[in-house]
Amino acid sequence: MRMPEPDAGVIARRVAIARDLQRLVPGEGVIVDEDALRAYECDALSAYRQPPLIVVLPSTTEQVSTVLRYCHENGVKIVPRGAGTSLSGGALPLADAVTLGLGKFNRILDIDISNRCVVAQPGVTNLAITTAVQDQGFYYAPDPSSQIACSIGGNVAENAGGVHCLKYGLTTNNLLGVEMLLMTGEVVRLGGKHLDPGGYDLMGVVTGSEGLLGVITEVTVRILRAPETARAVLMGFPDTESAAATVAEIIARGIIPAGLEMMDKPAIHAAEDFVHADYPLDVAALLICELDGPEAEVTHLIARVEALATGNGATSLRVSTSDAERALFWAGRKAAFPAVGRISPDYFCMDGTIPRHALPAVLTRMAEMSTRYGLRCANVFHAGDGNLHPLILFDANVPDELERAEAFGAEILKLCVEVGGVLTGEHGVGVEKRDLMGTMFNEIDLAHQQRLKCAFDPGQFLNPGKVFPTLHRCAELGRMQISGGSMPFPDIPRF
Amino acid sequence: MTQTYRPDTPEQVAELITWAVAEATPLDLIGHGTKADIGRPSNTAHRLDLSGIAGIVDYAPNELVMTARAGTPLSEIRTALDEAGQMLAFEPPDWRALLGQPDGPDDPPGTLGGLVATNLSGPRRLSAGAARDHVLGVQGVSGRGEPFKSGGRVVKNVTGFDLSKLMTGSFGTLAALTELSLKVVPRPEETRTVLIHGATDPAAMEVMSLGLRSPHEVSGACHLPADVAARSAVPGIREAARGVTALRVEGPEPSVVWRRDALRNELAGWGPTDALDGPDSATLWREVRDARLIADPPEAQVWRLSVPPMSGARVVRAVEQAAPGAVLSVLFDWGGGLVWLALAPAPDAHVSAVRAAVEHHGGGHATLIRAGRDARARAAGFHPSPPALEALSRRVKESFDPAGILGPGRMAEGR
Repeated sequence: MRMPEPDAGVIARRVAIARDLQRLVPGEGVIVDEDALRAYECDALSAYRQPPLIVVLPSTTEQVSTVLRYCHENGVKIVPRGAGTSLSGGALPLADAVTLGLGKFNRILDIDISNRCVVAQPGVTNLAITTAVQDQGFYYAPDPSSQIACSIGGNVAENAGGVHCLKYGLTTNNLLGVEMLLMTGEVVRLGGKHLDPGGYDLMGVVTGSEGLLGVITEVTVRILRAPETARAVLMGFPDTESAAATVAEIIARGIIPAGLEMMDKPAIHAAEDFVHADYPLDVAALLICELDGPEAEVTHLIARVEALATGNGATSLRVSTSDAERALFWAGRKAAFPAVGRISPDYFCMDGTIPRHALPAVLTRMAEMSTRYGLRCANVFHAGDGNLHPLILFDANVPDELERAEAFGAEILKLCVEVGGVLTGEHGVGVEKRDLMGTMFNEIDLAHQQRLKCAFDPGQFLNPGKVFPTLHRCAELGRMQISGGSMPFPDIPRF
Repeated sequence: MTQTYRPDTPEQVAELITWAVAEATPLDLIGHGTKADIGRPSNTAHRLDLSGIAGIVDYAPNELVMTARAGTPLSEIRTALDEAGQMLAFEPPDWRALLGQPDGPDDPPGTLGGLVATNLSGPRRLSAGAARDHVLGVQGVSGRGEPFKSGGRVVKNVTGFDLSKLMTGSFGTLAALTELSLKVVPRPEETRTVLIHGATDPAAMEVMSLGLRSPHEVSGACHLPADVAARSAVPGIREAARGVTALRVEGPEPSVVWRRDALRNELAGWGPTDALDGPDSATLWREVRDARLIADPPEAQVWRLSVPPMSGARVVRAVEQAAPGAVLSVLFDWGGGLVWLALAPAPDAHVSAVRAAVEHHGGGHATLIRAGRDARARAAGFHPSPPALEALSRRVKESFDPAGILGPGRMAEGR
């Protein structure tokens, strides 16, 4: 992975910078010891590693502000970090950058049931928000599979999704407000407990900006009343086409499940061997469809889903009869990544999104690629919203397998774009998909995004080397060629 | 001399903006112009009319995505969606009556681009999200005269910065939108509305909050004080002669019936309950969506406030105290979080009373939707930002429109 050339001047000043930071963040807030730094050398995309220059762990907004102001004035780059669970290398350190960890921002500040929202510091885990409100019957809907560990601030930075986002939306649709610091140390508050911004939707672009625009120090999210009932249907199909057709019909009939997941044969077998969820093993594709809401609605819709599955040739059909059984249906799906981890020394988890109708064709092409690259591939799939998670199995100790796996992954993502989809549905671009951005966007598209970056962070100190394949200086991006002259198109109607 | 340019293709839009930059000729972007008088008044002589960039590009109902050019009439979009049993979930409002435009039972004018540029949503905003939550991808021409795109045609997408959200609600000050992809959803099979009669404004905030906190998936929560309820076309509301709080449930028949009954039971302690279905229910939510019930008298100045839901009634009380006699009528939507205020005309539209009330009760924003030019200019139209945020907004504007030729001053003084 090619990263921007480190600034040798900054690296040479490491000791002095650390001393200054220790003054700004007293106590145990600054890590310089090389062994301790190693704990921060990667995120969940562990194929790429780089120890940071220094790690700083502030505990107040004021400290974050002074650290940012100091780094801004002294030309030191910043890599913001939440819980380090990014699957795209969003928190991958840089040799010449301070990693700014928000782990000490771990308090829930306000639980406001009447206004149906929670205000939390960014280091609070996703699941902790639900835990804090569940005794009052509420929950926070977005549920990335890392929800035990991932932080809400990281969720905002990555616009995290999860199984539930089919019905309840991604982070961006559940976020009401943020407090954010710019690289200058200035504080801006976007949104609050009310709906919609009063000006530009800056919260909309900050969400999913992968730490390139600012550092989030407070988050307000909406919480939902937990549904009365939830039941799941487990459906097995003899081929992926009929499973895909069932997904299309469920959605087209106006049924919006709380989750609608597909697994292919290799994924089913890996999961079954691992957690013994009692999945049928003689099927080519498995669907898990969860419906939630009032009992009357769930009963009504389950019957409709069963009818659609039968009509499309399901060979196996089970409806959960208890929460324990529903949890068992999900256990295999939720454990799919570690299950695959058991059968392969290494794997890459890809994250493209495609239009639903393209699924059978894409699966066929991926099977063909798997043969060509000589690497196994298991598929788990947020089928309801077209978000694919192909898991490419490889062994990094076998010469050239890593490179083949990377090439295989890139080809899958290009295929997603080719059929009308996108490079990443919920994991982010980070470093992993950075160099593929050109398959989706041209130079002008990217320049418009990068100029937005310049509006927030003109010196490009925040998380450089992520998201954009090429770094351009802001002055160069901002230049505008003005061609003078008179109105050159007499053919445009005027009134 | 005022000119209106009406290009037929995105390429012509790019040529025109390039020319406007070279000539330093600011342009106001318009579709059908139905919302041109909202917020800050324009002083721009020339107009770029995007209604010629029209037509549905791609609509596959099974994918729940529609792609259309920005100038496509909303009536055309609605017709196509109707045929497939689908809709725009955020309930685009029709403000003809409110804004004193020619009104009637026909489909209102307005373009898709205008709808997105203003980010306007109706009652279902609180459960389904705003227009901004449904815009999946955009194509447009920035103030640099360059065509660009962002987002895509799929619901789940985090590839690059989400410029689609930034464009939504930017009132044509960052780019001329040329093509949009939106998430669409199936129409609910059935709708029922529960009415609770006689709640005071503060009590109604509680009632709506209880409804929204219930497991019954309420998709609309509004409150009409007695004088406003008396203007409704729905007999059961008009004739009750008291305040009415309404909660809407949507979905399959067995579900809505069950949820309607459950809500009536759970809220019975707050006043007599009643239920609406079919056309009466639809009429009520249309009246609320379109703010028709507070449109009279026509000289009243109308504010639209977004505040924390439980603050709705308190904000109104604060305005009444700061400007005695100014409040003519009030309507609460979004569970109390959207407050429509019709005020007796004043040269500054009571701007300080309104904004102070919002600031003191949990924050939010207030937009002057209907007033004369002078009052809109004095009241600054859109809610002002603190200095650091205003400076950031200015840099964002400059990054898309360095020459300041797209709707200068439309959203804030000097940008």
